[in-house]
Amino acid sequence: MADFILRALLSGLLVAAIAGPLGCFVVWRRMSYFGDTLAHSALFGIALGLLLEISLEASVIGACALLAVLLVLMEKRRGLSTDTILGILAHSSLALGLVIISFTDNQVNLMSYLFGDLLTVSASNLLWIAATCIVVLVLLLLNWNRLLAITLHEELAQVEGVHVTRMRMLLMLLIALIVAVSMKVVGILLITSLLIIPPACARAYARTPESMAIMASIAGCLAVCGGIMASWFWDTPTGPSIVVAASLLFVIGRLLPAGEKL
Amino acid sequence: MPENILLNAQEISLQFDQRLVLQNISLRIAERQIVTLIGPNGAGKTSLVKIVLGLISPTSGKVERRKGIRIGYMPQRLQVDQSMPVTVGKFLTLATNARSMETSRVLEEVGASALIDSQLHSLSGGELQRVLLARALIQDPQLLVLDEPAQGVDVNGQAELYRLITDIRDKHDCGILLVSHDLHLVMSATDEVICLNQHVCCHGHPEQVSNDPAYLELFGRKDAETLAIYTHHHNHSHDLAGEIVDEGHNH
Repeated sequence: MADFILRALLSGLLVAAIAGPLGCFVVWRRMSYFGDTLAHSALFGIALGLLLEISLEASVIGACALLAVLLVLMEKRRGLSTDTILGILAHSSLALGLVIISFTDNQVNLMSYLFGDLLTVSASNLLWIAATCIVVLVLLLLNWNRLLAITLHEELAQVEGVHVTRMRMLLMLLIALIVAVSMKVVGILLITSLLIIPPACARAYARTPESMAIMASIAGCLAVCGGIMASWFWDTPTGPSIVVAASLLFVIGRLLPAGEKL
Repeated sequence: MPENILLNAQEISLQFDQRLVLQNISLRIAERQIVTLIGPNGAGKTSLVKIVLGLISPTSGKVERRKGIRIGYMPQRLQVDQSMPVTVGKFLTLATNARSMETSRVLEEVGASALIDSQLHSLSGGELQRVLLARALIQDPQLLVLDEPAQGVDVNGQAELYRLITDIRDKHDCGILLVSHDLHLVMSATDEVICLNQHVCCHGHPEQVSNDPAYLELFGRKDAETLAIYTHHHNHSHDLAGEIVDEGHNH
């Protein structure tokens, strides 16, 4: 098999495996609009990276993290709903990104950022993705029970000694990291689907948060394999094919009779 | 702070924007003491509980807790998103340091052993309250804070729940702060009642409070129905509380 396919497969599987458990939190805490907002700000990160001529990976991660912090700070001020704040941040960062890109001399292929470019993943891209995924996985495992506790009841968790604001910030930063590396896989416009469709597939078959997280990882990996295969055989765009495969999995899961839950 | 005092809150006031929520409230809870906070909706009961727990800071006044105190908290409500699969057993182990042996012990104590593998979002109101109580107990608390524990539980279940709470006090030797909106149900289970409506209207032994003009006025005016129930129970109050009180008010 060609090297580029192997690299594509590996980075897709890594991202999908981590997006599964993290996506569960997005679903449980109803944060899908937050994922969208982060994805939009990723384009701002790209623009900034091009303008300052620094590593695009670093600038995207920086932009996403900055937005996560901004959101936590803005949420504390009352007056506007989170929904509205997200809308403002999402669209102003996207628009700002597009405006900044128009100032740079680079010939930028916007499509590859909007819909992903998995087949052009380079060895250094893969290294970034792998390193980010490992960091996210370790932090997620170390804080798993605390994150579950704040998802179920924040005040109860706080009385029991969990640092709620710190955990909330951590979760947002982890999602920011995974969004930043998913951009290469499915693109800005489709990132949220990678976070929410696999957990949605898993929900009907899970009895515990852990089993739902693992099944979501598996569903995500199946979708990545399916998407890359479709792209290989029928020359379809890879990112959208992965999302279509995930949606198909979801539909099939709904049609199958519900069996024993795990 | 005297040796047997678990928590001592002094002259607590709380202000949100321009609105005074709590005014000059003092409260102390001793070992093995059950203190009940009653008051109409909007009286600031939950705010006071949050201050006691350290979840919010008062605008003025101070809260002293015994050093290293273990507090078990039973929140008013728990809403589990349908999308989240959690069994009762898993929910209980989320409390820090909980082990599975302790999980089954506390579930047995609250009479909910059969629920260990049930999904959290499939529980009835009464079952959920028991599970929340179990979670509060799992850390072997010295102080239990129960915010409207009988919410969503039918009348028979409520009486049973309050009996359970008294048993827990006797077994664990813990102090309990109980929030309720009606006195008649918690009367037999409580040592001291604080009637709250932004400020402390009256406090003392349940018998005293139920005869206090401030209490009567508050509940008579705001809630005719409670008054009716209260009047009914007043006829039997000696049986419920088990003793006759003849000392004066300590207003």
